[in-house]
Amino acid sequence: MLIHKGAEAYLYVEYWNNRLVLKKYRIPKRYRIPELDLKLRIERTRHEAKLMNSARKAGVPTPLIYFIDIPNTTIIMQYLAGKKVKSILDENKVIDDKIYKIFSDIGTYVAKLHKNNIIHGDLTTSNMIIYENTLFFIDFGLGFFSPDIEDKAVDLHLLKTILKSTHNDFYPQSFNIITEAYIKEYGKEQGSAIINRIASIEVRGRYITER
Amino acid sequence: MEIRVTICLGIEGTAHTFGVGIVDDEGTIYSNEKHMYIPESGGIHPREAAQHHSEYAHIILRKALDTSKLTMDDIDVVAFSRGPGLGPCLRVTATVARVLALKYNKPLIGVNHCVAHIEIGRLISGFADPLTLYVSGGNTIVSAYVNKRYRVFGETLDIPIGNLLDVFAREAGLGNPGGPIIEKLAMRGNQYIPLPYTVKGSDLSFSGLLTAVLTRLREGKYKIEDLAYSLQETAFAMLTEVTERALAHTMKKELLLTGGVAANKRLQEMLRSIANEHDAKFAVVPIKLAGDNGAMIAWTGILHYLHNDILPVEQSVVLPKWRLDEAEIVWRDE
Repeated sequence: MLIHKGAEAYLYVEYWNNRLVLKKYRIPKRYRIPELDLKLRIERTRHEAKLMNSARKAGVPTPLIYFIDIPNTTIIMQYLAGKKVKSILDENKVIDDKIYKIFSDIGTYVAKLHKNNIIHGDLTTSNMIIYENTLFFIDFGLGFFSPDIEDKAVDLHLLKTILKSTHNDFYPQSFNIITEAYIKEYGKEQGSAIINRIASIEVRGRYITER
Repeated sequence: MEIRVTICLGIEGTAHTFGVGIVDDEGTIYSNEKHMYIPESGGIHPREAAQHHSEYAHIILRKALDTSKLTMDDIDVVAFSRGPGLGPCLRVTATVARVLALKYNKPLIGVNHCVAHIEIGRLISGFADPLTLYVSGGNTIVSAYVNKRYRVFGETLDIPIGNLLDVFAREAGLGNPGGPIIEKLAMRGNQYIPLPYTVKGSDLSFSGLLTAVLTRLREGKYKIEDLAYSLQETAFAMLTEVTERALAHTMKKELLLTGGVAANKRLQEMLRSIANEHDAKFAVVPIKLAGDNGAMIAWTGILHYLHNDILPVEQSVVLPKWRLDEAEIVWRDE
């Protein structure tokens, strides 16, 4: 059964070997020429599977992968009947203990990813799911491996942008909680170096008053 | 009792273009005149552009008044592009606006150039609450209204799309502005030459793409048509992808394309395709109003004025780095 038509992929919930699974099929995008389109879809499917497994080994909850079909740009994985962090934030107005824990978990887990040189590439609140009181990360399709402070800071910069634009009610406290947990998990010296780099990425953007 | 409309004279001058537009509070455009600085060689030189603006200011102003058949007595408000843009250009523009405001005793309004692009687009398309892709020589921004600001959902982390096209065209000896020439050449290209495709979440980066396409150009073994085709296909697919992400994320039901690069038919086609997929309406701002112009400043000036958002002359310093999401949108509150 088709449960979600995303911008990049269609998600199906179905039975596979007697198990309820999520099938993620990266759809061809008609706006792209076929050569470019297939290249991107294969690259992203391969990357996503690899990164999800690496993330889990690093202690970050991600859905289990059961099967990966590269030519058909499809991944069959564990189905999480949870709720997107985006919807949870949309339904709340203040930072209570529950919301605080979400932000703090985001900080801790992103630090765990980064400590293992895993860059998620698309840290939006739509790509985080709360399932059985645990925060899961999904959609690693734009991810890659990198030891660079710069790439880790860009990853966090994207998250900051989303928190500022989409969840403005909680901003900037949301990001402060995240960075605190991030530094705690990562270690003060390296963690702070990455957080501080975010500011220099922002002033590199276009038209920044502080520059 | 005489019922009369409010009329605003808007002055644009953030970069190449010096423009004057006259618009009323119903959105009627009485005139929209402009003149563009075209560098003899290389890219825009801020001081030369400013010189151009000071030479053309009185000519364009006169033309705009003549076309509209109005005099300064009929004008209620004077608005100007306060930023973002090139400092020397902004200062000339601001000076012209201040002189008019003081001499004719009119209230002065400082308009954010990027906000003006969105507002004239909303006026022309009739879209109430669009997601906007604003693509030009100076900006590449995906934006939508949230909580008193046009929030940025994606933007270039380095050079703007128009700049990418212009630099490639210049290096290939194709002339200026590059966009339309590249578009024509691309129609005759059919061999896709792989180029870096850099999307970082909802942001994009064009600098690696520029370096790669210039390297291919200098290698001299590819047809210029194929290079133009591959450049467009790669860069526009990147733009479309981040726009689609923002559309899915914000769930807006209108998509607006504006800025100088909006005139490109291939880019329009790609964006129309994602708008259809997400059941969103799609509109392209016509080139006269999509490129930098005075009418967009005048119309946004009206919106400020009707909400008493007036800028005292003594506080009217220009803001060269005024981001889109720093400008408060006082006239919207949904």
